Amino acid sequence: MKYIDEFRDNKIARSISRAIFKEAVGLPHINLMEVCGTHTMSIGRFGIKDMLPENISLISGPGCPVCVTPKAYIDKAVALSRLHGTIVVTFGDMMKVPGSYSSLEKEKSKGGLVNLVYSALDAVDIAEKNSDKKIIFLGIGFETTSPTVATSVIYAKKKRLKNFFIYAGHKLIIPAMKALVEDIEVNIHGFLCPAHVSTIIGTMPYNLIAKRYGRPCVIAGFEPLDILQGILMLIEQIRSKKSKVGNQYKRVVKKYGNKKALELIKEVFSPKDSEWRGIGILPQSGLALNKRYNMFDAEASFRLPGIKTRPDTGCICGSVLKGIKTPVDCKLFSKRCTPQTPVGSCMVSSEGTCAAYYKYRMKT
Amino acid sequence: MTMKRITLSHGSGGKLMHDLIKGLFVKNFGNPFLNKLGDSTLIHTSVERFAYTTDSYVINPIFFPGGDIGKLSICGTVNDLSVSGARPKYISCGMIVEEGFSYNELEEITLSMKAACKKAGVSIVTGDFKVVEKGAADKIFINTSGIGEVFKEARLSVDYIRPGDKVIVSGTIGDHGAAVLLAREELKFSSRLLSDCAPINGLVSSVICKDIKFIRDPTRGGLATTLNEISMESSYNIGIDESQIPIKEPVKALCEILGLEPLYMANEGKIVLIVSAKSASKVLGRMKKHILGRDSKIIGEVETRRDRKVYLKTKAGGTRILDMLTGEQLPRIC
Amino acid sequence: MCLGIPMKILKIENDRAIVTAGQIRRSIAINMLDRVNLGDYVIVHAGFAIEKIDPKKAEETLRMLEEIQ
Repeated sequence: MKYIDEFRDNKIARSISRAIFKEAVGLPHINLMEVCGTHTMSIGRFGIKDMLPENISLISGPGCPVCVTPKAYIDKAVALSRLHGTIVVTFGDMMKVPGSYSSLEKEKSKGGLVNLVYSALDAVDIAEKNSDKKIIFLGIGFETTSPTVATSVIYAKKKRLKNFFIYAGHKLIIPAMKALVEDIEVNIHGFLCPAHVSTIIGTMPYNLIAKRYGRPCVIAGFEPLDILQGILMLIEQIRSKKSKVGNQYKRVVKKYGNKKALELIKEVFSPKDSEWRGIGILPQSGLALNKRYNMFDAEASFRLPGIKTRPDTGCICGSVLKGIKTPVDCKLFSKRCTPQTPVGSCMVSSEGTCAAYYKYRMKT
Repeated sequence: MTMKRITLSHGSGGKLMHDLIKGLFVKNFGNPFLNKLGDSTLIHTSVERFAYTTDSYVINPIFFPGGDIGKLSICGTVNDLSVSGARPKYISCGMIVEEGFSYNELEEITLSMKAACKKAGVSIVTGDFKVVEKGAADKIFINTSGIGEVFKEARLSVDYIRPGDKVIVSGTIGDHGAAVLLAREELKFSSRLLSDCAPINGLVSSVICKDIKFIRDPTRGGLATTLNEISMESSYNIGIDESQIPIKEPVKALCEILGLEPLYMANEGKIVLIVSAKSASKVLGRMKKHILGRDSKIIGEVETRRDRKVYLKTKAGGTRILDMLTGEQLPRIC
Repeated sequence: MCLGIPMKILKIENDRAIVTAGQIRRSIAINMLDRVNLGDYVIVHAGFAIEKIDPKKAEETLRMLEEIQ
């Protein structure tokens, strides 16, 4: 596959790995955070940690929508799927995420109407074909996904659909990174920044992190050579005591991002305070539907009284997401909490830090 | 035009059922054993050791590119016998059909079972047909059992596996899982990919020899699961070189797009063999001569360490543990 | 957090396009892009083209990668 296979060449990977070893000689222990869950998965899948020197650690960040979606959101989604005459439509990612007492997968097995789609536009199609049912689409994901969901709302409006709703759980990445660097406990020397969120938002927003907070940022693609080069670029910055925004993924990411996509987000959504699983409420870190799209807002359209969300006990998801602790520090890890019986969302997503640790038994 | 449908009466033991059995099943599966329609079938055999297996087939969709539930139900059981080192001979077939199921589809499924039996050289010697109320089953479920005669040359057991033995796979992996996923309309992808669903007894009998230590068919859970089972049962680690694993482009592409791992995708016409190092290239050569083994590859070997794990040397050059699959793989966007 | 795969544009119809990769095809939305041409490679995420791939920059990156010692 073009633009994939070239970026997996193992000879080049080995020489970048050697360059990283050379560049890291004499440096103290360095923690780099890969902000994005897709980086986490790629790092595991290609055995990247195996190609890094001892003094370079990769920490998985909060950029996995499944991991950061709070239990209360799942509890509501479950309740929506139990309403008479509704179909909950979702990306496959959310199916296994546990709420307080159930998950969408469990509801489906009990006969609940839960449909899985690959694209938000497919949810609009389902709404058109099932005019007697109310279609509730779970709008999750970061800046890459929110313009696609915004488009589905705009299309639904054009088609005058009265039975299409969004339950908005979208998140924004910069407020989360800001919260991380402001936490004095956090021990991160540089950020490997997401490929496709950056495609939408551009390189500029990271200046805040690199300039004001002095943490080097490098945007990198998701293929192994991209990741290795991104790590090398971060170490070069750290060695020369610089802190700027580097762009390894120039073939796709531009300085100002994708303006059309940003306009779509702005047209349909506005920032709001939002709860992140394990981290808590972060100001202006989520998206809510704008007033003029109120009729598509599931939260405004369905009354769901009496949902009680059970608090987590013992789960250290929050500290794991902040990079303060690793999954093996958790007393539930691989005991009560496994991919078959996940407690926290970090274990649910195969991209979640805990699931990735469990699956690949990563070096800590 | 009204479509002919299966009703509860077709399974009630009366004339309708009798006509269906004669007119559809005996007509197509007919052989001296089945034609007697006895309460059980008397079979005979000339060997000392048999292999005996059973499996139930429930699949959605029931028709997929490259096969259907009927073909699958014969191939699956034939293949389970084959990888035990047996020559498949006799098959039993139990069908459970949901009321209202289309007669034409039942006929199509029956015909593809007939074709698969012919290809594999097996006979359906006994059977059962039931109809359940609408909603009590999803369209059609098929159970088949099979009896095979064990080859004299077959010495297959995980106990014979030793470090240095080679791991051979008989062709591209993940074809069936990907074809079924593509056939599900809701994902809206299209491709010409076909399921690899096929009886592999011909391939097995063309290579069977005492230097083959173990054979398994990587069906549900895919290659990764089969390798883990072999590692756990033999206690030896297995090292696999990802770059040697044959994967078709559409399978690879679909997996990249949907965030799935081809190593966990089901196969229905492939085998994994553990072969002694000295005979591996000879066995590989013979496999490549068979139409179902043309793309065979040595993908790794049994290691000396015994922590019962499978290690994958990735395409990028790193190494990681290749785990068992937990739960069903779902398409994802993140 | 976001899978995105390079796919090639085969056909364009208003704000939709047929794309392909590895002999797999799908209809996707291209409303986020200013101008796309047949043969362009785009990054596809959840049924949307989110950006074009710049072939020159891709080559540049590959050349740089090959030069790393």
